[in-house]
Amino acid sequence: MSNILTLEKGKTLSETLAPVSRMDLIKYSGASGDFNPIHTVDEEAKKTGLPGIIAHGMWTMGNLAKLFTPYFEEGFIKDYRIRFSGMVFIDDVITLVATVTAEEEQEIAFEVKAVNQAGKAVLKGDVTFVITNE
Amino acid sequence: MYTNVIGKVSGKVKNTVERGLVKRFAQSIGDPHPIFIDEEYGKKSKYGTNIAPPTFPRVFESGTIEALQLPKKGLIHGEQRFHYERPLLVGEDVYVWTEVKDYYEKKGSNGLMGFLSVVKYGEDKDGKLIFKEEAITIITEAVRKAMSV
Repeated sequence: MSNILTLEKGKTLSETLAPVSRMDLIKYSGASGDFNPIHTVDEEAKKTGLPGIIAHGMWTMGNLAKLFTPYFEEGFIKDYRIRFSGMVFIDDVITLVATVTAEEEQEIAFEVKAVNQAGKAVLKGDVTFVITNE
Repeated sequence: MYTNVIGKVSGKVKNTVERGLVKRFAQSIGDPHPIFIDEEYGKKSKYGTNIAPPTFPRVFESGTIEALQLPKKGLIHGEQRFHYERPLLVGEDVYVWTEVKDYYEKKGSNGLMGFLSVVKYGEDKDGKLIFKEEAITIITEAVRKAMSV
C-alpha cells in the first residue's frame, strides 16, 4: 500500500509518459469539452503561427496530478497551482516530477513540474496534500 | 479594457458529477485509477464512493457573465489553480458559478499584456464550498486590438 507519510523532505515522485500522440489530445478534447482546434487540427495551429498542434495545458496539468492518485486513501489535494511555461508538441516525451518541500503534521507541500525531453519545464507549480487519516 | 467587469458574477448552474464522464476524463489524462472508475473500489474507500480527479471541474458548466466578452482566438492560458475543501464525489450535485476576480496589465516583450483572473466556485446544495478554480488568461495587446476593430 502506498503511504505518503513515508515521503521525507527532498524525496521525489516521478513518472515519464509515453510520447504525446494526437489521439491523446483528441481524447482530452472530447472528455473536457475543450475543442479549441489548435490542439487537434494542424492547419488551425499553423494559422496561429505554431509549427503544429500543441497539447492543452490542462491535459499536462491533469496528467501531473496522477502522481498523487495512489495516496487518495490517506488524504487529498487541497491546493494545486500551476504556471504554464512552455508548449507541449506531438511526440514530446514528458516527465512528471513532484518533490517534497515541507512536511507538517497534517499537510505535505510539493514542488511539481512537467519537463520535456530537452529538459525544459513546460509547467511548474505546487501541490499541498492534506492528510485526513488518523 | 476589462476592469469594468471585475466583480461581476454569473448565476449558479447545477452540475452532476457523472460516473461515465469521470471515467472518460480519468482515462483521457492517463489516470484510470480504480478510486475514480471502479464502483466496488469506491464503495470500500474512505469516501464510500468514487471521487473525481482534481482537474475535473473543467468540464462543469458555470454560467455566463454577459458583460465579459472575450476574443475567440489568441488567448493564452497562463496559470491555473484549484483549491479543495474535500474531493468531488461521483454522483453528487455541484452548484457552480463564476466571478471575474481581477484584471490588470503588465508591460511584456509583446507590448502591454492583459491578465484576466476568472474564478469558479463549486458548492453543495447547502451552499457550502467544495472547490474553487482560478484560471488566469493572458490577452496580448495584438489580440485586444484585433478584437476592438
